Amino acid sequence: MKFDTPATTNPIDRLKVVGKPTNRIDGPLKTTGTAPYAYERHDVAANQAYGYVVGSAIAKGRIASINLDDAKAAPGVVAIVTAADAGTLGKGNFNTAKLLGGPEIEHYHQAIALVVADSFEQARAAASLVRVEYVRAKGAYDLAAAMDTATKPKASFGVEADTSVGDFASAFASAPVTIDARYATPDHTHAMMEPHASIAAWQDDKLTLWTSNQMIAWSVGDMAKTLGIPKENIRLDSPYIGGGFGGKLFIRADALLAALGAKAAKRPVKVALPRPFVTNNTTHRPATIQRVRIGATADGKITAIGHESWSGDLPGGGPETAVAQTRLLYAGANRMTAMRLAVLDLPEGNAMRAPGEAPGLMALEIAVDEMAEKLGMDPIAFRVLNDTQVDPEKPSRPFSQRRLNECMQTGADKFGWARRNAKPGSARDGRWLVGMGVAAAFRNNLNGPSAARVRLDRSGIVTVETDMTDIGTGTYTIIAQTAAEMMGLPLDRIVVKLGDSAFPVSAGSGGQWGANSSTAGVYAACVKLREMVTEKLGFDAATAIFADGKVSVGRRSAALEKAADDSELVAEDKMEYGDLAEKYQQSTFGAHFAEVGVDAMTGEIRVRRMLAVCAAGRILNPKAARSQVIGAMTMGAGSALMEELAVDKRFGFFVNHDLAGYEVPVHADIPHQDVIFLDETDPTTSPMKAKGVGELGICGVAAAIANAVYNATGVRVRNYPITLDKLLDKLPDIA
Amino acid sequence: MKSFTYERADTVAAATAAFARAKDARFIAGGTNLLDLMKLEIETPAHLIDVSRLALDRIDATPEGGLRIGAMVRNTDLASDTRVRRDYGLLSRALVAGASGQLRNKATTAGNLLQRTRCPYFYDTNQPCNKRKPGTGCAAIGGFHRLHAVIGASDACIATHPSDMAVAMRALDASVETVDAAGKARVIPIADFYRAPGTTPHLETVLAPGELITAVTLPKPVGGTHIYHKVRDRASYAFALISVGVVVQKDGTGRVALGGVGYKPWRVSAADAELPRGAKAVTAALLDGAKPGHENAYKLPLVERTLAGVLAQAKG
Repeated sequence: MKFDTPATTNPIDRLKVVGKPTNRIDGPLKTTGTAPYAYERHDVAANQAYGYVVGSAIAKGRIASINLDDAKAAPGVVAIVTAADAGTLGKGNFNTAKLLGGPEIEHYHQAIALVVADSFEQARAAASLVRVEYVRAKGAYDLAAAMDTATKPKASFGVEADTSVGDFASAFASAPVTIDARYATPDHTHAMMEPHASIAAWQDDKLTLWTSNQMIAWSVGDMAKTLGIPKENIRLDSPYIGGGFGGKLFIRADALLAALGAKAAKRPVKVALPRPFVTNNTTHRPATIQRVRIGATADGKITAIGHESWSGDLPGGGPETAVAQTRLLYAGANRMTAMRLAVLDLPEGNAMRAPGEAPGLMALEIAVDEMAEKLGMDPIAFRVLNDTQVDPEKPSRPFSQRRLNECMQTGADKFGWARRNAKPGSARDGRWLVGMGVAAAFRNNLNGPSAARVRLDRSGIVTVETDMTDIGTGTYTIIAQTAAEMMGLPLDRIVVKLGDSAFPVSAGSGGQWGANSSTAGVYAACVKLREMVTEKLGFDAATAIFADGKVSVGRRSAALEKAADDSELVAEDKMEYGDLAEKYQQSTFGAHFAEVGVDAMTGEIRVRRMLAVCAAGRILNPKAARSQVIGAMTMGAGSALMEELAVDKRFGFFVNHDLAGYEVPVHADIPHQDVIFLDETDPTTSPMKAKGVGELGICGVAAAIANAVYNATGVRVRNYPITLDKLLDKLPDIA
Repeated sequence: MKSFTYERADTVAAATAAFARAKDARFIAGGTNLLDLMKLEIETPAHLIDVSRLALDRIDATPEGGLRIGAMVRNTDLASDTRVRRDYGLLSRALVAGASGQLRNKATTAGNLLQRTRCPYFYDTNQPCNKRKPGTGCAAIGGFHRLHAVIGASDACIATHPSDMAVAMRALDASVETVDAAGKARVIPIADFYRAPGTTPHLETVLAPGELITAVTLPKPVGGTHIYHKVRDRASYAFALISVGVVVQKDGTGRVALGGVGYKPWRVSAADAELPRGAKAVTAALLDGAKPGHENAYKLPLVERTLAGVLAQAKG
């Protein structure tokens, strides 16, 4: 099915199942520990051996020698894999560095060997007996120092490095009110609960990989390319995923090494990355240095807006697209954005929840707050004044829906924004300095082609099969809701099977495209199934109503399962997209509000309450969507106040590579959160009229908190995370 | 993890005798730190002697009017003991500021004193660390050192001691009771318990090999207002950037100990004497001779400001 004209009324609009705050259908499995995660798939292959990864101890250089004698002689060792004996390996389209390094070393903890043994403990003990001599090479590890060497990167995923409209330089120079400020965001790690893990088994030349992965088809392709075997010979299965946040978009060392280990050991091999490897072996969100310039008239109309961002990555890598939202968020006739990329020899940078917008808004939305203050305007009024209903770089292109102002105003009412004292440092609650902050949330909507197969059996059960993944987001549930709505069945008549590459290829989970895209694919398959049903029952397809387990036309009615009496009906289709996303700018919007307390003595910062108001198309399941947004708000609070991978600029690695050293918020950090969804449908996105929310939820959160800290203290911190050491010397004197 | 043998001791004498018999042994109680270190092969004992079932899990009144806390008393039980909460509030508050409920249920009084540093370079076996591997150097010096010691450190090591409980014990003048392999008992004031890193940062306490902690004793209660303020980036389940433990009397005299600034809970008698004169004077005396790096210099004003807040709170 091709979606190339805006949706009209369709069966989803009945909203009998879709749009209801439904509990997750996979919830009982997860809460009882019976949803098996990749490393726990004990039953899928007999005689599993354990692989333990050896990571490079240096960041850049080469292996001079590698001695496996002691490791090979260690108890229980079955096989050892290194690049020297792994045969010729390719590299996946989505990998920058090799997943099995050596002799050249590209980054710290790059995998250089896999030790396979009968038990995990034996494999780990033997791995420590692998003796490696290195020759270190000089590397670049300091983004600030490498800024001058940064160059213009080529466009990635259709995002150009530079854009320019009007005459930014002149407009900025002549603007009566301006700001020009520099911001920095640090490297972040995904820190998902389940580390990367895979079990591999070969049968002749066919590989099965039980793994934890967001993008099944991408990863089949990259696995095939890396191993040099046909895609058809690889099956990936990833039904349950303990978080990904972009860190599992691609195959990583666990998957490749499990496959190589299983080949060498001639038996199934399982590999999980130890926690430090999640940080230094896999990908992370790269640090940025950003410059934002805004010029406005005295009454607050933006006349010039410029945003530049510098980030680093390994050779062949890409930039953090931190200027992307500035191309679309505010009006202004004269504009420029630019991204520059330096070569850094730190571990590989790549996507993490809302790549680009998350760090970009961390800077831009502080700058907007600073500008509003300079203008003597309320920061909400300033944003409302500079709203645009068209793409400001291409004014002929309207937004499909844009209710940012309504998000702001709804939030202001609900949060009690009127009680905020615009003068920083003027609200106090005992020893706490109290402040409120606001920021805009913005993230583009992306649609991807997505296919599904639906089966109707004689007992009236509809089974959905797609390689779509549920990374903890609620995908199982919204797909079941979609199929139930389309087929006129209650939720308990739907079975959803996900994550298997044997199923039709879906959009996968990433970029907040999963919910709308995958349900649209299920919609397409269900339309086909409905046609098969009506044909079988001899009903007119155009007027048939599917409801309450029955199909009816006028007074004629039949039980749905009747259509599958002789044999199961199977329909498969794929939703594809025309050019509506080019004609209309499809984006999601929100407003984040935060109230913080700052201990006037110690500078400790504690969030007191948070509110998000989101306008993101039809909300398919308000309960799951709310969970996504509050999770994202929590992650945003982490990036505001504590999350930072500490770079050792001499040795080139992230030092705090475990969950004791890399702090993410705990319950005590998040006292109260609220989420409001504006009632909205967007007929340009798909028949579901939905968009994504999982990334919108993090966009702008950190800036709202930063702005609240400023409002509480009068101290403007432009270098994340905002920790007390950055406030201390500017807090009120102690008497 | 290196393979090891294991035995469970039923009596203190059996435990110390087992240690004397075995090669490269360690005592294990709650295991909340040792097991992690063994998995990373930072600790590689050949033999573990489980002392967690020893009959050292009581808190008894002493003839002097204090408390004798058995080495195996769990952190949760110690923090919730009514006598501790009534007379040694600082200790109870410090305990609950540490770790998580699950860890406090496992962690013992003796083990808490003996937990090792959280310096990230200590935990990464690819990196030089004099504490982990004497003579290899210190990666934290010149590296990531925002969390590290500002006082008492050496050119060989700038690690901090991570315990909250020990800070309270230091302020309360606790003593550590031990028995060695020969059955000889001794009492070590907590002030003398930890060794300065000097050139041998791998030696952290004055305990001899095989010497087993049997109890920690508290002198009779000193009254006053007890406050423990632990400062950290997140609200819970994080090690201290710095912490301040005080006992302040009505007349403004008292005692103060710090966590997160050095290799041991930091207390200076000259600083106690300055308490009536306020935070600035106390901090100057406490941190006299501090040598912070650029990433952890904030700890000095942070101590002063936190102490000022705590003293204001003590006044009520």
